[in-house]
Amino acid sequence: MDNKSAFHGSAEQKARLTAVIEESRSTPGCLMHVLQEAQGIYGYLPIEVQTMIAEGLGISLSEVYGVATFYSQFSLKPKGKHRISVCLGTACYVKGSDKILAEVEKQLGIKCGECTEDGLFSIDSCRCVGACGLAPVMMIDEEVYGRLKPESVKEILDKYREAK
Amino acid sequence: MMTNAQLDAIREKKKDLIRVRRVIKEEGEKLAAKTGYRKQVLVCGGTGCTSSHSMQVIAQLEKSLKELNLDDILVVKTGCFGLCALGPIMIVYPEGAFYAQMTPEHVKTVAEKHLVKGGEIVKELLYQGTVSEDGSIIPFAETPFYKKQMRIALRNCGVIAPEDIEEAIGAGDYQALEKVLKEMTPDDVINEMLASGLRGRGGAGFPTGRKWSFAKASPGNVKYVCCNADEGDPGAFMDRSVLEGDPHCVLEAMAIAGYAIGSNHGFIYVRAEYPVAVQRLKIAIKQAREYGLLGKNILGSGFDFDIEIRLGAGAFVCGEETALMTSIEGHRGEPRPRPPFPAVKGLFGKPTILNNVETWANVNPIIMNGAAWFSTIGTPNSSGTKVFALGGKITNVGLVEVPMGTTLREIVEEIGGGIPNGKKFKAAQTGGPSGGCIPAECIDTPIDYDSLLAIGSMMGSGGMIILDEDTCMVDISKFYLEFTADESCGKCTPCRIGTKRLLQLLTKITEGKGEPEDLVKIDELANHMKQSSLCALGQSAPNPVLSTLRYFRKEYEAHINDKICPAGVCKALFTYHIIPDKCKGCTLCARNCPVKAISGEVKKPHVIDTAKCVKCGLCIANCKFGAIERK
Repeated sequence: MDNKSAFHGSAEQKARLTAVIEESRSTPGCLMHVLQEAQGIYGYLPIEVQTMIAEGLGISLSEVYGVATFYSQFSLKPKGKHRISVCLGTACYVKGSDKILAEVEKQLGIKCGECTEDGLFSIDSCRCVGACGLAPVMMIDEEVYGRLKPESVKEILDKYREAK
Repeated sequence: MMTNAQLDAIREKKKDLIRVRRVIKEEGEKLAAKTGYRKQVLVCGGTGCTSSHSMQVIAQLEKSLKELNLDDILVVKTGCFGLCALGPIMIVYPEGAFYAQMTPEHVKTVAEKHLVKGGEIVKELLYQGTVSEDGSIIPFAETPFYKKQMRIALRNCGVIAPEDIEEAIGAGDYQALEKVLKEMTPDDVINEMLASGLRGRGGAGFPTGRKWSFAKASPGNVKYVCCNADEGDPGAFMDRSVLEGDPHCVLEAMAIAGYAIGSNHGFIYVRAEYPVAVQRLKIAIKQAREYGLLGKNILGSGFDFDIEIRLGAGAFVCGEETALMTSIEGHRGEPRPRPPFPAVKGLFGKPTILNNVETWANVNPIIMNGAAWFSTIGTPNSSGTKVFALGGKITNVGLVEVPMGTTLREIVEEIGGGIPNGKKFKAAQTGGPSGGCIPAECIDTPIDYDSLLAIGSMMGSGGMIILDEDTCMVDISKFYLEFTADESCGKCTPCRIGTKRLLQLLTKITEGKGEPEDLVKIDELANHMKQSSLCALGQSAPNPVLSTLRYFRKEYEAHINDKICPAGVCKALFTYHIIPDKCKGCTLCARNCPVKAISGEVKKPHVIDTAKCVKCGLCIANCKFGAIERK
């Protein structure tokens, strides 16, 4: 991991994670739940957080790492302030969502899976948000943008840039 | 604890209110008078419509009703109505007026002109399919989209408020559980399921009753009932719609299965990407516990059953039953060899049944109306209905439920409203990354489990993506292989390496580097994968390639031998040109070109510098004279 994304966790975050671990540890199969909560607390799952979970649940770090890297929802890298998620499900794909993704990448100068230098945006692709009636769609944070055209991407991104 | 009498009282209280939403015209008006509400306004609160801002519609509606002092109108936030392309949708009963693509301004107009006393339907805001040429209003159930549908699994979706258990009870939920606990033995339940012929709606089509009978026969005091709500097929959203529109029907069915096989504990494994569905399930479970319909001693029968939710974390392979159970146990969601089958040794090593959401949604009607009724619907070996998520190049994108045996033509041309923009139907993709394509020449095939297998596709969970002449079949196969290569868990070699190698071969063909023997290699590799992969993901991953090769071999050959992509999708295989005779020199293309690859003087034919061109297609989309061609 490079220096830019060195881990800075607060005592408050640690206390929240410890509470989650305490209340979950007796439930069989709780690891995924703990990882989901931890990602909610820290925004991502750096090795430091995984170590805390492994120690808290009394399991090996390799097991935690194995699960954290298996599922696409878990991220080991920090995400942007605004998380862009372009749907590449079939219904969106046949309506040209690959061109939407390409345009977002071009506008931000980063690739899918990466985060901009200023930490404002990160791009991911996802498989079907279920708004197929609006295809092609992308999500920025919780907001869904539908019936997109490559030309409309810049204007949408500008809204978030200005709000910065 | 709730008693049977209390349950009946809730049903009686809610009966008319819900019936108004199922019947319209005179009968609806008479009923409405009895309910205390002059009108009911139903707004879709499913993911499709909330994405097009139906929450703003509800907010405005409530505001307008307050301003106009209309306190005799009930607003109901429901699940999906099905016609997602026209969202947000709002239906006013007892008239059954079907308003489409509503905005807050439209809502204001409807409130002022229609919802006020003596008001009239605002025709120009209705879904235009419900307005006939002479201006009269057609009930939406009579429109082509709804007419051929038969709603069994979706019976309450878009009818009830899913966050209110009393509405669910009023609409018939928990009636089957009550009947089972009062009148039926576990064997009676299983025999009824067997006789109904219900097959798993998740894709494989295994008879549900047999699964249950195996689990009942397995010895042990601890058994589990699981619900597969990890709807991974991109483009399929029927399970989500059931959970969002009628979550109680799933809880009820799981409790019935628990009674039948001797289990007291259920798990619902649901995608974390479905926040609305998860939220509604949580509310539903909490309410069911409060009403004593989950928990200890349900309805005084002595039977205990409770349900926990487990969230998936984005892994397609977790739709496979053994992988799903491994994931619930908190591990990497990798499948394991079968046998032992889950009915013998499943979750936490105990006998387990796993059914898909849509399968569960069929249980209540089978118990209430009988297996004999259910088996008359559909075809002899595929009884009942199937829900399809219709998407892609089709006018009426949405959720449809039709009897098994309905032909693809009926779905595409009548229910779906045909292909937009005057394009030609090319194929329907069913079964997602595990399925295949049904080409235009098979459009009259009746759709059921066996007929789809016979033509090289599969039912799958019910995603149905319509493709038109602009879709390249090699590219779409590559799209699916990218998906399966990415989602392969890596445990077994045929799938891990096979998907990668197949993808490489397809990429090579779409880049114009294909050789004739590649098709032989694809065929050989695909068959090895089908025979030797550990789970259904790898066994079915070659299906999209094999089925397109079967029906669209010429397209593959055009890519390989002639180095052209007939659909004009594969960028390496075409260039853009301006036809000098047609070009008027309007300069629009040159101004739009993002890389300045087009040059020319005003009013004189332009030219495209193919070396600079990035093939974005903006020029062809904007040319008013049809002067640009792709070849």
